[in-house]
Amino acid sequence: MMIKDSRDQYGAVSRVLHWSMALALSLLFALGWWMVGLDYYSPYYKSAPDLHRSVGLLVLLALGVRIAWRLINVKPNDDDLSPVERTASRAVHLGFYPLLIALMVSGYFISTADGRAIDVFGWFNVPAVVAAPGLEDAAGLVHEWSAYVVMALAVVHSAAALKHRYWNVTNGRHRMW
Amino acid sequence: MMARMFGFGMVAVVALAQPTVAADYEIDIKGAHASINFRIPHLGFSWLVGRFDTFSGTFSYDEANPAAAKIAVEIDTASINSNHAERDKHLRGADFLDVTTFPKATFVSRSVTADGAGKAKIVGDFTLRGVTKPVTIDAVVVGGGADPWGGYRQGFAGKAKLALADFGILKELGPASKEVELDLHVEGVRK
Repeated sequence: MMIKDSRDQYGAVSRVLHWSMALALSLLFALGWWMVGLDYYSPYYKSAPDLHRSVGLLVLLALGVRIAWRLINVKPNDDDLSPVERTASRAVHLGFYPLLIALMVSGYFISTADGRAIDVFGWFNVPAVVAAPGLEDAAGLVHEWSAYVVMALAVVHSAAALKHRYWNVTNGRHRMW
Repeated sequence: MMARMFGFGMVAVVALAQPTVAADYEIDIKGAHASINFRIPHLGFSWLVGRFDTFSGTFSYDEANPAAAKIAVEIDTASINSNHAERDKHLRGADFLDVTTFPKATFVSRSVTADGAGKAKIVGDFTLRGVTKPVTIDAVVVGGGADPWGGYRQGFAGKAKLALADFGILKELGPASKEVELDLHVEGVRK
């Protein structure tokens, strides 16, 4: 496997980014869902949001790298898809980028709305760039709904990928597996 | 010259005479000479202090007959401010104030019992989260009189205590944190 992407398949960097972010985002979704219902006296009441914020910001960093990497690499072809499939596939792939940016930036704004920084695993602080009254509420709505839409897209994307992995394998190659 | 002095004298006499008549006051929101503060024990280890930034209200007060005083206050529940945006977001949510469903909290006095020495118990209907319950405010007259800018002001301080569960706030914050204390400061400008 190549480091860079080719016309036939994704390279190593893209694969590591793709699978690590898929794993991290799924865990973040589950963690976020679970942590907002925690009892005040739960031992995880503080550590769960700390972990969620820290991992979330690392995923935001990974997303920046991923977008840059996408822009300087060729795109593997999707010639085996029907025109309808291709349109849907491209819409889903392109939809992920703005949604993930909205998801992670809004999460950052919830925690930094009053000027507080976010402590990432105790390694470093990410400072607030905007402090505005009520920002946490608007950001909270965006965060919640973009998370649902991202997960819905991920389900569609996974179902389509599995279909092409096991149902109609046209040329026996696997772009991302 | 004499006429002018006489004029000032008349104003002074009228001003002195007026406190014996019940007067209506508007709580000084513009100048922020009023505040609705709360505090609740955090784990029983310290006090978490916050306030409501946005509210309005009026009262009527007659120094000679304090038992006839009335006060009505409306609080914008979304304006809760505990100096931590993430916590305030949680406090505005369904676990606590549920401000999208219940954007206002109100207090309307029903009866005032004055001790004649500047202290009073104000019993009124407090509505929070759609639940109305009687709440007693222990109030004290702080002061009142002509201000330096041509107005007339009257101010009070008050304390009250309420149980969160009484108003449908059932989120468990621990055994030390069942009740919230209100620390109220009100200055009104006579209308």
